[in-house]
Amino acid sequence: MKETPESKVVDPGIDETSRRLTPEKIQRVVKHVLNKETASRLQVYLDTCVRCGLCAEACHTYLSRDKDPNFSPVGKVKATLWELVKRDGKVDGEFVRNMARIAFTECSVCRRCSMYCPFGIDIAYLLLTVRRICSLLGVVPLYLQDTTNSHAATQNQMWVQQDEWIDTLQWQEEESQFEIPSCRIPLEKEGADVMYSVIAPEPKILAQLLGNMAQIFAVAGENWTMPATDGWDNSNMAMYSGDFEIMGRVERLHWETAARLRVKKIVMGECGHAFRGAVYDGPRWLGWQFPPIPMVHAIEYYYDLLSSGRIKVREKYKEHVTIQDPCNTVRGRGLGDKLRYVVNALCENFTDVTPKQEHNYCCAAGGGVINCGPPWKRSRMVSNRVKAEQLAATGADIVITPCHNCHSGIEDIIGHYDLGMHVKFISEIMVEVMEVPEHLKG
Amino acid sequence: MYEFSRGPLVWIAFAILFVGSVYRIVSAIVLARKDKVVLPYMKWKFSLRSLFHWSLPFGSHNMRIRPAFTVLSFLFHGCLLLTPLLTLGHVALVRESWGISWWSLPDGLSTMMTILVIIVGVFFVLRRIADPTVRFVTSYLDFVLVILVLAPFVTGLMAYYQVGNYETVMIVHMWAGAIWLAMIPFTRIAHMLFFPLTRAYMGCEFGHVRSARDW
Amino acid sequence: MTLVRQEIHEMKAKNWDWQIGTRVLADLAKVRSSYARVDELDVSPDGELIAAPVKLEEGSFTACINEERWPDSYEICWFVRFTPAGKLIALVRIDDEWTVAVDGVPWEERFEYVWNPRFSADGSSVAVASKRDNLYGITINGKPWGTTFQGMRDFCISPDGTRSAATVQVAPLAEADVPAFFAGVWSVAVDGKAWNNRFVNAWNPVFSSDGQKVAVEIRTDICDYAIAVDGDPWPSRYGGVWAPICHPVDGGVIAPARLDGAWVLMKDGNQMWDGRYNQLWLQQCSRDGKRVAAVVSPVFGKWTVAVDDVPWRRVFGDMVQQPVFSPDGKHVAAVVKENNRWTIALDGEPVAADFDMIWDPVFSPCGSHVVARAERGGKYLVLYDGRTGRTAYDRLWEPVFSSDGRQVMLRYVRDDKYCRQVVSLNDLLK
Ligand code: HEM
Ligand code: SF4
Ligand code: SF4
Ligand code: SF4
Repeated sequence: MKETPESKVVDPGIDETSRRLTPEKIQRVVKHVLNKETASRLQVYLDTCVRCGLCAEACHTYLSRDKDPNFSPVGKVKATLWELVKRDGKVDGEFVRNMARIAFTECSVCRRCSMYCPFGIDIAYLLLTVRRICSLLGVVPLYLQDTTNSHAATQNQMWVQQDEWIDTLQWQEEESQFEIPSCRIPLEKEGADVMYSVIAPEPKILAQLLGNMAQIFAVAGENWTMPATDGWDNSNMAMYSGDFEIMGRVERLHWETAARLRVKKIVMGECGHAFRGAVYDGPRWLGWQFPPIPMVHAIEYYYDLLSSGRIKVREKYKEHVTIQDPCNTVRGRGLGDKLRYVVNALCENFTDVTPKQEHNYCCAAGGGVINCGPPWKRSRMVSNRVKAEQLAATGADIVITPCHNCHSGIEDIIGHYDLGMHVKFISEIMVEVMEVPEHLKG
Repeated sequence: MYEFSRGPLVWIAFAILFVGSVYRIVSAIVLARKDKVVLPYMKWKFSLRSLFHWSLPFGSHNMRIRPAFTVLSFLFHGCLLLTPLLTLGHVALVRESWGISWWSLPDGLSTMMTILVIIVGVFFVLRRIADPTVRFVTSYLDFVLVILVLAPFVTGLMAYYQVGNYETVMIVHMWAGAIWLAMIPFTRIAHMLFFPLTRAYMGCEFGHVRSARDW
Repeated sequence: MTLVRQEIHEMKAKNWDWQIGTRVLADLAKVRSSYARVDELDVSPDGELIAAPVKLEEGSFTACINEERWPDSYEICWFVRFTPAGKLIALVRIDDEWTVAVDGVPWEERFEYVWNPRFSADGSSVAVASKRDNLYGITINGKPWGTTFQGMRDFCISPDGTRSAATVQVAPLAEADVPAFFAGVWSVAVDGKAWNNRFVNAWNPVFSSDGQKVAVEIRTDICDYAIAVDGDPWPSRYGGVWAPICHPVDGGVIAPARLDGAWVLMKDGNQMWDGRYNQLWLQQCSRDGKRVAAVVSPVFGKWTVAVDDVPWRRVFGDMVQQPVFSPDGKHVAAVVKENNRWTIALDGEPVAADFDMIWDPVFSPCGSHVVARAERGGKYLVLYDGRTGRTAYDRLWEPVFSSDGRQVMLRYVRDDKYCRQVVSLNDLLK
C-alpha cells in the first residue's frame, strides 16, 4: 500500500475504539441513524447523485492531493455512506475506522461542494451523518472527543473553570485600562443591549483579544455585558463530533444565558464555526427555526461600527494585507462584502484572494478537523496546498482571518509551506488604528 | 406484438412514469416533513433564483470553469427531452390516436439531435472510463443507465434509416422507449424529478437562510 | 424559584412603607461625582436602598448605598447585590484573597476565588462557589464545605438555606483521557459529601422543597441520559433529559425526557403527560402543586406553553420563556417573543403591545392582575394588565405588590434620581 500522510497515524480515539466494535453493534447504530434519525434529505441525495464528479473541483483536499479520486466529495460519500447503505450496515471495525478518518479529517464540512454539484447535494450533511454514526459508536478522533467532553462537563471548549473565566475577564479589564482608562468588561449587567460571547480559546490562550474588545466597545459607546456564569462560550465542537445532544445542550445554555441577561442581541467574536453552531445547527436541533435572539458576527458588528461612524479610523494600517473568507460566515452568512468593507476601511494596502467570497477555499482547519489534533496535522497540511498557493499569489504579508479555526489553520499552512506571512484578527488591527475620543483618554 | 407495443405498451409506460413520479415526489415531500428542518426554510423566491441559475447554460461558476462539458451536457439534455417530443413520427402517432398535434421537427434536424444524444452519451461513457475521479464512483449500473437512455435513440435512428428488419427494430425501439419512460422514477434518472427539489432546498439554505449565493 | 420568592415578598412586604407617594432616595449625579467610577446598580427588595460597586482610586473599591458608602475598601469589589432579606452583599478581594462582604463586613474565611452567589428564598443564607488550593466547594454563610473537589460546576441551595448541593468531579482526569471520562468522574456532593455513584456527566441539581431530596440530570454513556435522585438513577435511559424540578407538595421529581425522538414530561420515572413534543423544558408547578406548566414546541419552530399537557392555541416563533403561575394557580403567564418583539402572554393570549425587551410577569396576590416592566426605545415602562403606562423611566426594577394587592411599589431612576414610589393599583398607568 502506498504511504500517505494519514496511513501511519496513530489515534486511539479511532484505532482502539473501532477494534472493540462488534458487527451487531455497528449494524444496530447504522440502522438507527439511517432509519430513525434521517429522512428525506439523506434518501433523496443518495438517489439523485448521478455520479458525475462535478463536485470534485470544489474540494481543497481533492485539488491539493493532485486530484486523488478518494478525496473528491462524492468519493468520500461512496467510501462511507454508499457502502453502509449497500451492505445494510454490515461492516467491520476497520471499515468504521476508515469512515471516521474520512469524515472527521478529510472533510471540513465546508459546503463548498454544494455550490458545485448541479443538484446542490449537501455532501457536508452526508458526511456529518457519517460522523453521527461514528460518534454513537464511540469512534471519534481522540482530541475532538476530548473537546466534546469538555463541552459536556464544563459547557465550554477548553475545560475553563468558572473562576478562571471571571478572573480572566477582570484581569483583561485592568489590562484594557492601560490603553483606555475608562474601559470596562461589565459582568452580569442585566438589561444591557449586547451580550458579547466568545470561544473558550480566548480566555484560555488569547486573553488579550478580550481586552481588545473591551476597547472597541468603549470607543463605540456600547451598552454591553458578559455572563459570569457558564453559557459564555459560543463554540461547539460537539456539533462536529456528531454528539448532537451535547451540541444542543451547549447552545441552549448560550441562548438562555442571553435571555437571562435580557440583552437584545448577542455580538460574537471572530469565529466561524461558533456562528454556525449558535445560529444554524444548534437552534435547529433544539427546535428554533431561527436563533431566538439576534446574533451578530464580529464582521457584521465592525461593519456597523465603521459604516455608521461609531468608530473612526485614525490612520490606516500600512502593511500589505489579504483575507481569508471563513466558510461559515461568508458562504454561511454572505458577509463577504462587509468583510471587504471593513478591511478596506482599516487597511491601506489590500489585495483580494482568488477565488473569493462564497467560492473561497476552506482553511481545512474548520469543521472540527484541526481539533482532531497533532496526529492529523500533516494530513491537514497536505490537504490544503491550494490554500498556500492562493495566499502566496496575493503577495501579501498579513492574512486577516476573522475566524479562530481559520486563524490557527492558516498559521499552520503558512508555517508548513514557508509563506513568510502573518495572521491577524480584525480586532487586532482595529485597536491599533481606531481613533480614541479625547473624553475616554482621561 | 407490434400492435401491443404501439398501443397499450406506451400507455402503460406513461402510466408508470406518471404514477411513479408522483409517488417519488410526494414521498420525498412527506419524508421531508419528518426531516423537520427542510420545508420551513423553503421560499419560492430563493428556490426559483437558484433553479434559474442552474438551468441556464453557464449560469453557475462550475459551468463556466468547464465550458466544453457544459455545452455537451446542455445539448445532451436538451436533445434528450425535445427529440422524442417533437419527432414527426411521435407527433403523428399522437394525432392518430388523440387527434391533437403540435409542431414537429424537420426530419433532418431530429436525426441530427438523435445523433447528438448518442454521441454525447458515448462521450459520457468514455468520460466515465477515462476520468479517474468519475471512474472511482462509477458502478456497472451507471453504464446500464446510459445504455438504457441511449437505446431508444439508437433504435429510433436504426428504424429511420431502415437498418435491419423494420418491424423488429420498431418493436425494440418502442420497448426501449417504454422501459426508459417507466424507469425514470425508479432509477437514477429520477434526478430529473429531484433536481427541482434539491436545488430549491439548497437555494433556500444559501439564499434565504444564509444570505449567500449558491451558483 | 419565582413562586417561593413571591411568597416571601408577601410575608415581608407587610412591614414596608406602603404610604402612597414618591420618595427620592439618591441623587445619582451626586453619587457619580463622588467616585472615580460607579458600576452596576441594584435596589433593595423594600425599595429603600440603591447600591453599586464604586471605585475610590486605583486598586481601591467599595460599595455605596444611597449616598453613603461602606467604611472599608477592597482591592476589588463587585457583584453588589441585595439578598431577598435586604442585606447587601459583595464579592471582595482583600490582600489577593477573595471573600464575601455582607453589609460591609467580610466573612472571616478567605479563598483563592469566590463567585456566583446564591440566596435562599428567605434571604437567610448566602452561598458561593469557592476555590482554595485548587480545590472546589460551596461556602454557605461563611462556612466552607468540609470536603472539596477537583472540579465543580452547577450548584443549588435548599429552600430554607441550610443545605447545598453541587455537581462535582470526584476523580482525577488526565488530559485527553477519553476512556476515564466515559467511565464517569462526575457526581453530586450534598453538603460536601459526594454520592457513591459516578456519572459521565451531572447537571442542574435541585432540592425538594423540604430540602431532604436532591435530583439531578445525569448522563451515563455517549447518548444515555436519565435523572438521578439521591444518587440513584431512574431505571430507564433516554435520548436526553432537561433539568428536573421537585413537586412542591409530594416531592416527586418532574423532568422532560426524550423518548424515541420526541420530548415527554416524566415524573419519578413514569410518563406524566401523554403529549409528545418537539421540545419541552422549563416545567413549573403551581404553588399548591396541582398544576404543571412547561414551555413546549408542538411543531418545529413554534413555541408555546402547555398547562397540564394542553398547549395554548397561540404559538410563537422566536421564543417562550419560563411560565409563571399566579399565586392561586389559576393563571399562567410567560414572556414570549415573535418577530424579534417581546411581550407577555397571559393564559395563551399575548398582550397587544410589544417591546424591545420585557421582564417576567408579576401576579398580584389575588392572581387577577399582572404587571411587568418593559423597555422600548431605551426607556422603561410599566405594563399592567396588557396596558402600557405613560411614564418612561431611565431604569425600572421589578414592580412589587403590597400584600393586599392594592398598591404597587415602583423602584426607578428618572432624571438621575433614584425614587421609590407607592401607587394604588388604579393609578398605576396614570
Ligand atoms: C429536466 C430534467 C433533467 C435535469 C435537470 C438533468 C440534470 C442532469 C445533470 C445536472 C447531470 C449531471 C451531469 C451533466 O450535467 O451532464 C445529468 C446527468 C445525466 N442525465 Fe440528466 N437531467 C435531466 C433529465 C434527464 C433525463 C430525462 C435523462 C434520461 C432519461 C437524463 C440522463 C442523464 C444521464 C444519462 C446523465 C449522466 C451523465 C454521466 O454519465 O456523466 N437526464 N443530468
Ligand atoms: S471539505 Fe468541503 S468541499 Fe470537500 S467534501 Fe467536505 S464539504 Fe465538500
Ligand atoms: S456533483 Fe453532485 S451529482 Fe455529481 S457526483 Fe457530485 S454529488 Fe453526485
Ligand atoms: S475554520 Fe474558517 S474556513 Fe475553515 S471551515 Fe471554519 S469558517 Fe471555514
